[in-house]
Amino acid sequence: MDIPYTVEVRRDTGLTNGKIGIWLFLASEVMLFGALFASYILIRTGAPTWPRGDTILNVPLATFNTLVLISSSVTMVMAWASLVRQRLGTFRIYMGATILLGCVFLVVKYFEYSHKFENGLYPSTNNFLAIYFTLTGLHMLHVFGGMVVNAYLLGPGSKLWKTNPEWFTNRVEHAGLFWHFVDLVWIFLFPTLYLL
Amino acid sequence: MASMTSDHAADIDRQVKVYITVFVALMALTIITVAVSRLHLPLPIAVTVALVVATVKGSLVASYFMHLISEKKLIYAVLALTAVFFLVLLSLPAITHSNGYWIHK
Repeated sequence: MDIPYTVEVRRDTGLTNGKIGIWLFLASEVMLFGALFASYILIRTGAPTWPRGDTILNVPLATFNTLVLISSSVTMVMAWASLVRQRLGTFRIYMGATILLGCVFLVVKYFEYSHKFENGLYPSTNNFLAIYFTLTGLHMLHVFGGMVVNAYLLGPGSKLWKTNPEWFTNRVEHAGLFWHFVDLVWIFLFPTLYLL
Repeated sequence: MASMTSDHAADIDRQVKVYITVFVALMALTIITVAVSRLHLPLPIAVTVALVVATVKGSLVASYFMHLISEKKLIYAVLALTAVFFLVLLSLPAITHSNGYWIHK
């Protein structure tokens, strides 16, 4: 039995099932990160003193990572646009670049974390580092998850292009929505943790 | 959005130009955020500026990369409901603060 409404839109929703599905998932993600942001506000405003992020964290590295993640969002949307233009080869280049930029982001984060640990700075050290590691750690897991999906779409998942290109294009679009959401979260995490 | 109609294919060149423009704007706003943080403004002003710039950047990503600028009504309804619950969630610390429950005396 075929999966329904992968390409054609449902009459009642005006959307494909995948589209409404990914947006409902992203809505739950907003609440997940929202709970942690609310925790951050509560902990920070309740603390007698709070360090400026740039006195503990590496702002130039984080700025570089912000530019990397923004660039990866552009390559992701260009990957989808390539499929709409019926260009699988170009899609592969942009999707490969997206995954590569995701790798760069994670490698930079690895160096940031390593540097903290080498200096004896752990989540248990203070509330600032606890919320920093929690928020950025959860965000990194999302980056990794997005990369796994993107790698599948670049590799074995791309076989679908031959049999049902429109469905494949929709899958790439939905993966892109998740990837852009991860970028969007970082856009708020960066100033909140590093600059204020 | 991804239905590959001929209209869509024709629109895509124009959309790609928009993506590049948004990309440049996001890069510029990132640099502005970092530059403003170096001014060491008073905290309330610094927070306001940082959040305003982040909101503008987030809106650009959501509107153009996530195509929310031209989405179906049901998606808007889902997001409106999410926004309500999100604001309630973020207001919880403020409510706690106004009661002075955890303030150190």
